[in-house]
Amino acid sequence: MVTDKESQICIVTVTGKDKVGIIANLSIAMSKANINIVDVNQKIMEDYFVMTMACDMAKATINMEQIQKRLDRIAKNMSLNITFQHEKIFKMMHRI
Amino acid sequence: MSITVEEVFETVNMTVHQHFDIRTVTLGINLKDCMDRDLTKFCNRIYKRIVEKGKLLNIYADKIQHKYGIPITNRRISVTPVSLLLEPLPRTTKAAVRVVKTLDKAASNAGIDFLGGFGAMVQKGMTSSDENLIKSIPEALSKTKRVCGFLNLASTQAGMNMTAISEFGHILKKLAAMTKDGIGCAKIAVFANVPEDNPFMAGANHGVGEPDFSLNIGISGPGVVRNVIASNPDCDLTALSEVIKGTVFKITRAGELIGREMAEQMKVDFGIVDISLASTTAKGDSVAQIIEAMGVSVMGRPGSTAALALLIDAVKKGGAMASGNVGGLSGTFIPVSEDDGMIKAVKSGALNLEKLEALTSVCSVGLDMFAVPGNTPAEVLSAIIADELAIGVANNKTTSVRVIPVPGKRSGQMVHFGGLLGSAPIMKVPKIAAPDFIARQGRIPAPIKALRN
Repeated sequence: MVTDKESQICIVTVTGKDKVGIIANLSIAMSKANINIVDVNQKIMEDYFVMTMACDMAKATINMEQIQKRLDRIAKNMSLNITFQHEKIFKMMHRI
Repeated sequence: MSITVEEVFETVNMTVHQHFDIRTVTLGINLKDCMDRDLTKFCNRIYKRIVEKGKLLNIYADKIQHKYGIPITNRRISVTPVSLLLEPLPRTTKAAVRVVKTLDKAASNAGIDFLGGFGAMVQKGMTSSDENLIKSIPEALSKTKRVCGFLNLASTQAGMNMTAISEFGHILKKLAAMTKDGIGCAKIAVFANVPEDNPFMAGANHGVGEPDFSLNIGISGPGVVRNVIASNPDCDLTALSEVIKGTVFKITRAGELIGREMAEQMKVDFGIVDISLASTTAKGDSVAQIIEAMGVSVMGRPGSTAALALLIDAVKKGGAMASGNVGGLSGTFIPVSEDDGMIKAVKSGALNLEKLEALTSVCSVGLDMFAVPGNTPAEVLSAIIADELAIGVANNKTTSVRVIPVPGKRSGQMVHFGGLLGSAPIMKVPKIAAPDFIARQGRIPAPIKALRN
């Protein structure tokens, strides 16, 4: 789990084919775990539909591993690729 | 500034489609304080420490890979060079083998796939304990699964221990004969200028200059680099170098973040990030294919050495900018059996042993994971090793050799090791090399550049 000191923002990334219900399904999963969605963006890149969703885990009732399992189920049911990562990895890799 | 969709996509694409992973987190463990004249007491102490720390390593690696979504493929342990630990113990193969079996069992119990450090620093001379360890190599490595060995046989400061190099040819032959397809030889690498904080097997060890515990990270990502080169087909070589630098910067930063945070959680020192590009047999995860993406027709053909020199320089510059703790080997691995592109290059005749040796002189870490006929004489093996280590000694860099003489196989045939070790075409080597030179033994003096003070 994330510690108290650092930011608890995690990024959900969805890649695949755009379809009805992606945001709905993700929102339901997040709200059930008391995770607040703080930002959503989407774009078409290299023929992929890409959506990113920033979530605040500060008051989450489950840990990252558990939310990942729930997202894996959504990914399987909707034939999408969904990853869930702490935002620090992106900041480290893309900011000097 | 918030992270853009493009940046997130780039990172996700690296892990999902281009095999970017943290190749290994390797925990270095000091075992010097476990030493004892009583073999049982010594074995009990090292067993307890390795199992305890190894289990923790796995727990924390799992946690952190979930947090950042970057797979940590291997979790490994390196220990104090074992010849040092054997010093107070009887000079018998039995004692050495019992220690190695204890290490093997501890690694297995802790869920660690490879444990490195069964080796000795003998670049200048050998203690009786070093001699005992070297003599025990065939039995020790043929009777265990997870322990890896190393020998430092040469250095720029000390020169080359030709007595040990000559003996090692015979040791390799014995080890090959005692294991199926000579696979035991895949578990030992010999070096010139061995680094003491290398996280990659088979040469990992926790050197005498290291603290009690040290967490070292080996990043990877040939697939990521190949992809970025392939998507820039028209840029000139200066621009290409910049593109590689930028990409390696990113993957090294991921390694730095994961290593630093994991070390903090485990309450151990953070050691180094090794920025070597390490290939695997997975599709697209090949260093040879990077060279080909740069525009060389087949790895091994003229142009390969220059392309490899450009690649490694760009990798080092990007890595050095990303982390203040770059160390270990930090080269480019071109193992024959573990790289699809290398296998194809050897099979097609574009790459032979001589060209492979030339490639290692510009950048890469050495002659790695290549197979030769089982009936290759010991002196030929020693001569191949001597040549490669001379490149390291003369150029003030690390070089290593991991050669597998495969019993019963002739050049042109294939050998399948399976798993991580892949498969290799048997390379052609002469039946006679430098018998009288090798038989002279002694030490090749340190080169003049050793006198730097």
